[in-house]
Amino acid sequence: MIAAEGLTKRYGSVTAVDDLSFDVLPGRVTGFVGPNGAGKTTTLRMALGLDAPTAGRVTIDGRPYGAYRRPLFEVGALIDAQALHGGRSAAQHLLALAHSNGIPGRRVQQVLKRVGLGDVAGRRVGGFSLGMRQRLGIAAALLGDPPVLILDEPVNGLDPEGIVWIRTLLKSLATEGRTVFVSSHLMSEMAQTADHLVVIGRGRLLADSSVEAFVGRTSRNEVRVVTPQSTELAGLLTDHGVHVRAVDGERLVATGTDVSTVGRLAADHRIVLLELAAQSASLEEAFMELTRDSADHTADFGNMDGAA
Amino acid sequence: MTTTEHLQRMAAPTGAIMPGVLRAEWTKLTSLRSTRWLLLITVLLALVVSAVVTSVYASQYDQDFAARHTIDPAYWSLTGLIFAQLGVGVLGVLTMSGEYGTGLISTTFTAVPQRRTVLVAKAVVVSAVALVVGAVSSLGAFLLGQLVLSGKHIGAGIGDPGVLRAVTGGGLYLAVLAVLALSLGALVRHSAGAIATVLGLLYVLPAIGAILPPSWQDTAVPYFPGNAGLAILHAVPMVNAAAPWTGFAAFCAYAALAFTAALYVLPRRDALPK
Ligand SMILES: Nc1ncnc2c1ncn2[C@@H]1O[C@H](COP(=O)(O)OP(=O)(O)O)[C@@H](O)[C@H]1O
Ligand SMILES: [Mg+2]
Repeated sequence: MIAAEGLTKRYGSVTAVDDLSFDVLPGRVTGFVGPNGAGKTTTLRMALGLDAPTAGRVTIDGRPYGAYRRPLFEVGALIDAQALHGGRSAAQHLLALAHSNGIPGRRVQQVLKRVGLGDVAGRRVGGFSLGMRQRLGIAAALLGDPPVLILDEPVNGLDPEGIVWIRTLLKSLATEGRTVFVSSHLMSEMAQTADHLVVIGRGRLLADSSVEAFVGRTSRNEVRVVTPQSTELAGLLTDHGVHVRAVDGERLVATGTDVSTVGRLAADHRIVLLELAAQSASLEEAFMELTRDSADHTADFGNMDGAA
Repeated sequence: MTTTEHLQRMAAPTGAIMPGVLRAEWTKLTSLRSTRWLLLITVLLALVVSAVVTSVYASQYDQDFAARHTIDPAYWSLTGLIFAQLGVGVLGVLTMSGEYGTGLISTTFTAVPQRRTVLVAKAVVVSAVALVVGAVSSLGAFLLGQLVLSGKHIGAGIGDPGVLRAVTGGGLYLAVLAVLALSLGALVRHSAGAIATVLGLLYVLPAIGAILPPSWQDTAVPYFPGNAGLAILHAVPMVNAAAPWTGFAAFCAYAALAFTAALYVLPRRDALPK
């Protein structure tokens, strides 16, 4: 289990991580989600003892990371797939890591096979694509067969096949009973991979819940209506306590109601409907809404697709 | 939901971590082409420069009979080390700063959170390599230089006073220099900055020292890092230079100071500056 308690990191006047508390439990994939700059990498680096918290603490199975003497047997981490020396081969890179923790050298070929890099073990990593580097980083995380995995944006740079592969891998690791904590700035990605979500924005905890509960809590189910009598219908719906927004002359979006209510109301008042449809918010929209609320400046969260 | 208790896990070895970390650092150092290139440059510079300098001195000697009782032909043949030290200095710096440059330092410290153990292991590995390559360069340069002098009957023998110390000293000096350079790499964390610092200590500072007032020449200047360390290459005592072992001890003190500073700051700073 990974446990953060009041975890805080300040860089001068910037508070990258702000009083964050959460537990990451074994046996399920926990997605760590937030827009770029939300503080995910900073949190994970503190969990790995790389950066020191300004306040609070984070432990792995009850101990701070720095207390482990051969941590690769306890925690597998992928923090930056690009952090490699281009002159070494994939096998040499992993062999050095294996030696440092007394892991038998034969594990190198085993993990390279497991991530699909068995054939390029002897190739210099300078020529590896980002996707191959992500796979190599995951191989490094698996070296010591650890019960806890911490992966920072492992999906970045993977092709669709690679994305499916990692999704399957993470799920199977969790099913084996491991703690799997994986970050992403894409909520839609995590929705398909994670069982549980820890959502942050601007360094603060926004949600710590199952994926379903998160969608339920934040979704805004809307009804789209197209009618030539939009003014009339809007007035009617507002009188019934429904929030209505005009999109253009004929189109309305009603929140806090459902299609049958709107349809009956329109029929009772002989209003012609050209279109009536339910529209449930996607997970990504729910996420945007939540993180937007947490921000003073929405523009800060505008670029959702940029690199981490 | 299963729990970690049911997980079949690999058994971690027990005991000291240092042997494994040493193996890891050895693997890292020897798996890079840049290491081989830098060591090759070290040996070549030592041999080529020594041969050239020795033949130049030898021809001057033919014309200047007054110089005969002050000559140090063993030192002539070791002057290549003044250039060869560049290779070892850069290797020492890169052993640490290279990991900051690539970001690999995060992976290293994730695998071994005992950061001081990592620095000690790097120091052991890189100085051992520098010692071997330094000894080969030093002995090779000496033998080559004496070969150049063989027709002149002024060559030095390994049994002559101070010669064995000078030849052995070349290897020792480079071994200690590797630790100094490694420590500067750990302190500065940027390859270019750390290499510039090493060059400053080894070349710029002695050059500045040479133009300082005479009163400094026999007091402070001989103990500037580069000057102090190279004193051991002299078989014949020099004026305005530290005694060989005294100078070498001073150089070791500089290296120890830098190494201690690196040991001090390493666990206290975040692993990677932005
Ligand atoms: N070493 C650092 N120095 C200064 N500011 C930093 C440093 N690392 C991160 N930050 C800042 O902290 C915030 C969180 O960054 P980060 O943890 O990388 O977010 P994420 O991984 O969620 O994209 C950002 O505003 C970033 O600019
Ligand atoms: Mg990040």
